[in-house]
Amino acid sequence: MGLNETLERDGFVVTTIEAIAKWAQKSALWPMPLGISCCAIEMMALAGPRTDSARFGSEVFRFSPRQADLLIVAGTVTYKMSWVVRKIYDQMPDPKWVIAMGVCTSTGGMFRSYSVVQGIDQFLPVDVYIGGCPPRPEALLKGLMTIQDKIDRSKPTIIDMGKPTLSESLLTA
Amino acid sequence: MAVTKEAICEVLAPICGTVQTVEHHGDITFLIDKGDLIEAGHELKSHPRTLFNLLIDITAIDQYRRKNRFEMVYILFSLDHSTRIRLKVPLDEYDEPRCPSFTAVYENANWYERETYDMYGIIFDGHPDLRRFYMPEDFVDPETGDPLYPLRKDFPVMGIQGSLPIPEKNPM
Ligand code: SF4
Repeated sequence: MGLNETLERDGFVVTTIEAIAKWAQKSALWPMPLGISCCAIEMMALAGPRTDSARFGSEVFRFSPRQADLLIVAGTVTYKMSWVVRKIYDQMPDPKWVIAMGVCTSTGGMFRSYSVVQGIDQFLPVDVYIGGCPPRPEALLKGLMTIQDKIDRSKPTIIDMGKPTLSESLLTA
Repeated sequence: MAVTKEAICEVLAPICGTVQTVEHHGDITFLIDKGDLIEAGHELKSHPRTLFNLLIDITAIDQYRRKNRFEMVYILFSLDHSTRIRLKVPLDEYDEPRCPSFTAVYENANWYERETYDMYGIIFDGHPDLRRFYMPEDFVDPETGDPLYPLRKDFPVMGIQGSLPIPEKNPM
C-alpha cells in the first residue's frame, strides 16, 4: 500500500525518528558550491533546467558554508588554496558530505606538478569522487544520488540540542 | 605601417651600438645588454619612429648552462604602428641573477617582475615592492632553508616534500 492510501485510510503514518531524519536529510541536500576552476561551469549546469537538481531537493546553492551540508569541490586545489577549502569545510555544520568533482580534485588529474594537491582526500574526508575532465552534469547528478543512497544506508546523525533554556523559550514565545 | 627591423636598429644604435637580432616566423628579437636596458626601453617607448607604448609581458628563461644561465624576455607592442617586438637580456650571474627593474620605463612591469622573481629568483634592482607573487612568502626548502624558485630547471616537477604544507585531515 502506498503512502497516500495509508494516509487516506488512517490519517497518520507510523515511522521512526531515524527514518524521518534520513528522509529529510537526503531530500534537501543544500550544496555549497566551491567552484574554483573550470569544473564549476558544469556544476552550474547541474542547477540549470536540463539536469535540474531541484528534482532531488538540491537546488538551493548556499554561498555560505554555514547553511550548507554538501560541499562540492569543483576544481583544481592548489596547496595555497587547500587551507581555504579546509576552512570552508570546517565552517559547515554537521552532518556534512563532500563531493570531489573532476579528476583534478580527486587525484590532481593532469596537473602532476609541485603546486597542485594530488587529491583533496589528503586533507578532507571525501564521500564521492567523480571522474571526468570536466564530468558532465549528469555525472554530478549521479554523485548526488550516490550521496542520497549513502545517507539512506547509514545511521543518521541526530544532534541533541538539549532543552531550550528559560530565556530561549521566552524569546521564541 | 609596421616598424621595420632596420628602423628599430637605427633608433637603438646611439645607445647599444650594433644590436644583434634574431628573426623567427616574422617575430623579431633584439638582444640587449643588461646595462643598456633601461635607456633602450625609454628610447623605444618615446621615440616617434618606434613608440612602443605597451608592455605586453615580461618573463625569463632558464637555459641551464654555465654562462648566461638566465635570459630576461620583454615583449613590447606599439599601438601606433601595430608592431610587436621582443627584447632579450642575458644575465651573466649563475645563482643570484640581477637585472635592472623595467618599472622605471613601464609601470605595469611591477607585477610581471614580481612573478618572474617568484618563479626564477631574479632580483630586480630598483623594483618598488619585490615580493613573491604566486607562491607563499615562506616557500623554502625545509631542510636547508633556501628559498625555492619553481620554474628553475633544477627544481623537481613534483616539488620538495614538506615545502608546501596542507591542513591535517583529522585535526585533534
Ligand atoms: S577536472 Fe578538468 S574541468 Fe575540472 S577543474 Fe580539472 S581541468 Fe578543469
